[in-house]
Amino acid sequence: MEILFYIAAAVTLLATVRVITHVHAVHALLYLVVALIALALIFYLLGAQFAAALEIIIYGGAIMVLFIFVVMLLGPLAVEQEKSWLTPGTWVGPNVLALVLLGEVGYLIAAGDHLPIDFMETRRKGVSIVLYGPYIIGVELASMLLLPGLIGAYHLGRRVPKESR
Amino acid sequence: MIDWSHTALTIVVILGGALTLAGLLIWVERRLLGIWQERYGPNRVGPGGLLQALADMIKMFTKEDWIPPFADKAVFVLTPAIVVITALMSFAVVPIAPGFVVADLNMGILFFLAMSSLAAYSVIIGGWASNSKFAFLGSLRAIAQLLSYEVFMGLSLMGAVLLAGSFNLSDIVEAQRHLWFVVPQFLGFLGFFMAGLAEAHRTPFDMPEAEAELVAGYHAEYSGMKFGMFFVGEYLSVIVLSAMIVILFFGGWHGPWLPPVVWFFLKTSGFIVLIFLIRATWPRVRFDQLLSFGWKVVMPLALINLLVTGGIVLARMGEGR
Repeated sequence: MEILFYIAAAVTLLATVRVITHVHAVHALLYLVVALIALALIFYLLGAQFAAALEIIIYGGAIMVLFIFVVMLLGPLAVEQEKSWLTPGTWVGPNVLALVLLGEVGYLIAAGDHLPIDFMETRRKGVSIVLYGPYIIGVELASMLLLPGLIGAYHLGRRVPKESR
Repeated sequence: MIDWSHTALTIVVILGGALTLAGLLIWVERRLLGIWQERYGPNRVGPGGLLQALADMIKMFTKEDWIPPFADKAVFVLTPAIVVITALMSFAVVPIAPGFVVADLNMGILFFLAMSSLAAYSVIIGGWASNSKFAFLGSLRAIAQLLSYEVFMGLSLMGAVLLAGSFNLSDIVEAQRHLWFVVPQFLGFLGFFMAGLAEAHRTPFDMPEAEAELVAGYHAEYSGMKFGMFFVGEYLSVIVLSAMIVILFFGGWHGPWLPPVVWFFLKTSGFIVLIFLIRATWPRVRFDQLLSFGWKVVMPLALINLLVTGGIVLARMGEGR
């Protein structure tokens, strides 16, 4: 069954590369949706069923729809702009740095005695107990972080009375 | 171990049944609409017009399959497949009778929600890829609609999940042996029914394809069998929606005297006819009305419902201790 993992991983990587290299923004986002679905499959294969379902519902569904919503409004002009941004000058630098990291990872894998990839089956109950037990402060902090965003959005979107316009 | 032959047989029966039913429903809806509007509806082809769907299918297959030159070709062709595939995938977790289910997943409800959120892409991307103003307006409306119903769709289901203590659809049906969840979860039922109608783009929430304003909305540029797939996909999602309502709130296959499959079939048909009746009698709402009603009324009600249900479940657990 390991082959399933490698296929899903290959799909994820290919789709992610296309997200970056595709000049057409909506097509790039469609590849991102594929990458997220493949990622959900990987979660499922590793036994994290709950995370897999949430990955599709929240990221694959709700959040990507919002992305596409905004990008759809850009129109065809954006393609030319994107092409002008994808010159070698912009991507060579980060890629060289990333290659250095890749080399380090390769060295670690080669040098260290076989890295144990031991995972345990994580069901929704386990996730919830950990999340609302020892990490409750983290959850609360994250939700407080969302609150300023909400208030900010409300402030930006509120209706201005006609006299003050 | 997975019993492959049993699973394969179940898949064939459910897929064949769902697709045939979807075709048949097109005729049923037109006939019923006719009766409610004091006319006959299609009654010429076959006994009582029964073969009308077949005739329509032959017509659609032989029509010219035209792709507009201004469309985004690859995405345009891909889109109609998404709507049918996601609708058919949803059938995988629908338990029709004890043991009569393709995949009795631990997280059946979440699978259904995931498929329904992916199905939204067909509408959004289809309208965008058509590259025409009417289709694009349709998909913009679809997104606005999606944002308003998707949140309370999930929330209104969670009450039933809490009561059953499981995401597994078979367990949820089993938990309703004595009392259907529509009684303790009436608010949840209303919220889910409304979200489901919006999800399947049925009246009164069919703004993305409002034929009076947007020609045909997101599928205005589709012709031939590509349009047919949008059409069949809509009926498939009506069947899935009715089946989910029956499973979550109306006791699934439970019922006296008759065998489970018959009960499931009867209840599901009842909801399908109710959805048709809503189309025959209700005007379409404006989409800002849906947005404000969804966020200001249904969403708080779903939250209160969830809170109260959670409290009751906790109190019951305390008593049991």
